[in-house]
Amino acid sequence: MPGPTPNVDGDAPSDDSDDGVRIDMISGARMDGLTGMEKIRLILDGVRDGNIVILEEGLSPDEESKLIEVTMTEISPDDFTGIEIETYPKAETANQSFLDKLMGRESTQKLTVIGPANQIETLHKDENLISTLVSRK
Amino acid sequence: MGLLTNLKDSISRVTDGLFAADEPKRIGIYGPPNAGKTTLANRIARDWTGDAVGPESHIPHETRRARRKENVEIERNGRKVTIDIVDTPGVTTKVDYKEFLDHDMEKDDAVRRSREATEGVAEAMHWLREDVDGVIYVLDSTTDPFTQVNTMLIGIIESQDLPALILANKTDLPGSDVQQIANAFPQHETIPLSALEGDNMDEVYTKIAEYFG
Repeated sequence: MPGPTPNVDGDAPSDDSDDGVRIDMISGARMDGLTGMEKIRLILDGVRDGNIVILEEGLSPDEESKLIEVTMTEISPDDFTGIEIETYPKAETANQSFLDKLMGRESTQKLTVIGPANQIETLHKDENLISTLVSRK
Repeated sequence: MGLLTNLKDSISRVTDGLFAADEPKRIGIYGPPNAGKTTLANRIARDWTGDAVGPESHIPHETRRARRKENVEIERNGRKVTIDIVDTPGVTTKVDYKEFLDHDMEKDDAVRRSREATEGVAEAMHWLREDVDGVIYVLDSTTDPFTQVNTMLIGIIESQDLPALILANKTDLPGSDVQQIANAFPQHETIPLSALEGDNMDEVYTKIAEYFG
C-alpha cells in the first residue's frame, strides 16, 4: 500500500485518495517565520487542493485584506469559487493597550478556519464555538 | 545652503498641509453585497449634486467597479465638507457564477458578471488599504450582521485608523433590527436610515460632516 506522498512544501504529507478531507492545522510558530504573501500562498494553495486549513493564530487585518484580494483574483468558473473563512468574533481593539497599538503589536491570536467555499458551510458560530459542515469535493 | 533648503522644505510642508486640508476627502462606501450601498451613494449624490452615481439592482454584484462622484459638498450646521464618494462592490470571499443563473441570466453573461465582480472586490480591497480617507459602512438591518466578512472588514478599517460611520440601512422593511447592528459593533456609532425612502438622511448628513469634515 503506498504511503502518504510529500506535499509541495516538503514536510507535510498529503493523501491523494478521494475518501477523506484533509485538514492542515498550522501553528502560530510555523506562520511566524513567513511573510504576509507566503502565508496567503500557503493558505490558498491548501484550500485550492480541497483542504481545510486551520490557523492557530489567524491573520492580521492587513493580511486578511490581502487574502480576500488574492482570492478574488484566483476565482475561476467551474474550478474555484472562493473561500469560506471563520474566526471567533473578538473585539480586538477593545482588548489592546495603547502601547500595543503604538508598537504595532496587533492582537491577532484567533483560531481561524479556512476552506473551499463549495466544501465548507458554517452551521453555527458564536464567541466560543465554530461549527462547520465539511463535504468532499 | 542647508539652512535655506530646510527653510524651503518647512514652508513647503506648511503650504502642502494647507492645501491638503481643502482637498476633498475620499469616502469609501463599503459593505456586503445588497446592503444598499449604491442606493445610498445615489441618494447622497442626488441630494447635493443632482446626479446619480450608478444603477441600483436587487441582483447581487450590480456594482462591479468602484464608482466615484467627485466634489460632493455637504453643508450641515454652518459646516461644509467636500467629499468624493466612492461606491464600491459588495465585499465577499466567494463568487459563484451559478448564483446569477437564478436571475434569468445566460451562462456567458453570468460568467462575465462573476469575473467582473471578483475584479471589483479585489479593487475595493486595494482601495481600502491605499486610497480612502474614511469609510461609510452600510449594512442591511434586516439581516444578521455577525458575519465573517463584516467582522474582517471592520477589523481592517480599524487597523487603518480610518474614521468609520456604520449605517443600518433598510429600516423601511419589516424585520429591520437596528439594535442588532449596534450590538455587533458596539465600538462604533450606528445610524439607522432608509436610503431608498430617504428616511433619517438629515442625521446621516450631520454625522458625515462630523466624522469626515
